[in-house]
Amino acid sequence: MSNTITIDGNTVPFEDGQTIMEAATAAGVYIPHLCHHPEFTPHGSCKLCTVNVNGRNCSACTFPAMEGQNVLNNTRELTDDRRKITQMLFVEGNHLCPGCEKTGNCQLQAVAYHLNMLDNHFPHFYPSRELDASHAEVMIDHNRCIFCTLCVRASQQKDGKDVFAISGRGLNKHLIINSQSGLLKDTDLEATDEAAHICPTGAILIKRTGYQVPIGERIYDHKQIDQVSLETEHPRHGE
Amino acid sequence: MASKIRVATTSLAGCFGCHMSFLDIDERMLQLAEVVEFGRSPINDIEHCTNCDIGLIEGGVCNSENVHVLREFRKNCKILVAVGACAINGGLPAMRNFIPLEECLAEAYLDGIGVENPQIPSDPELPLLLDKVRPIHEVVKIDYFLPGCPPSADVFWKFLTDLLDGREPSLSYELVHYD
Repeated sequence: MSNTITIDGNTVPFEDGQTIMEAATAAGVYIPHLCHHPEFTPHGSCKLCTVNVNGRNCSACTFPAMEGQNVLNNTRELTDDRRKITQMLFVEGNHLCPGCEKTGNCQLQAVAYHLNMLDNHFPHFYPSRELDASHAEVMIDHNRCIFCTLCVRASQQKDGKDVFAISGRGLNKHLIINSQSGLLKDTDLEATDEAAHICPTGAILIKRTGYQVPIGERIYDHKQIDQVSLETEHPRHGE
Repeated sequence: MASKIRVATTSLAGCFGCHMSFLDIDERMLQLAEVVEFGRSPINDIEHCTNCDIGLIEGGVCNSENVHVLREFRKNCKILVAVGACAINGGLPAMRNFIPLEECLAEAYLDGIGVENPQIPSDPELPLLLDKVRPIHEVVKIDYFLPGCPPSADVFWKFLTDLLDGREPSLSYELVHYD
């Protein structure tokens, strides 16, 4: 434990092989993120965890912690950048919270709340995206997919299956489903799979469970995502 | 006595839910009325927005009349505020954006269940629909945003009292909701 970095001026220890995100989480420092999950290989795609390391911006979830790093995390400039990134995620898909059953439990929404995002700033794309309700217990609303690949990784790395993948590039990027028909019902996905529960937004939902907890009593209705994230993603900080 | 701050309000492609929530400030309305008078608003039925300090806009933009009203507000209000989910991102009315306008009209007026004397309304007094429902910041410059479906009465109160007291308006975590 001789290795240390500083985050916003505070000394944070790290172990060899840890990323900045891992070192920060272990020390109880929240770095906003959506595509990162401690159980799975980092993907570095959502860019919300952008931090400044010795003057250069990089993704905390993929960047290795190294001796002598001076990391800026909670600064006005980075918060502004992260708010812009979140606004872009909102206008790129169709995120209409009042009509989404994930509202209040949604990490995309919670990060936006955390960043005090009051508007979407950019012109809306309103892309045309499909909904797949073919599976008996799980549904996919592609309107809400942010391509974080957590379902892809969870299916491969935890469930030992290969149900999801990302296909296409840029505006044509989309989540595809590994079956001849392209429908969820023809895959081996089960409602108990990690991949069916890991979605940070309302894109993958378990049917008939959406309103079991009333709006107003949900995870992020009264608790900020920084607190929830540290409690759930690192046991040392749990209750 | 200093002249009162003039506030105008309107609902474009909205459901008046935000206006109802505004009225939920209840007895605080009397406090507000001491320093504020209303210009154009469904509350008083004044038809045009003239010379106002604050304009509160509920709802997105779905037809040509919405565009005219929104521009009138921008021209006549020093501060223009997007109130509620629909004004900010189109909201639930924007769910029609994924269906061609012709199909929407056919479903509502020609092929829908229980439609009698099917015809698409074409009275010249009816404003023409836009091909997509748009948030208002895509049409005019907006100064402040109050998210929520609807924003709670406390959001209206916090925002207006901040502004009236000369503070930069800010909403705490508990007051920011998109649902």
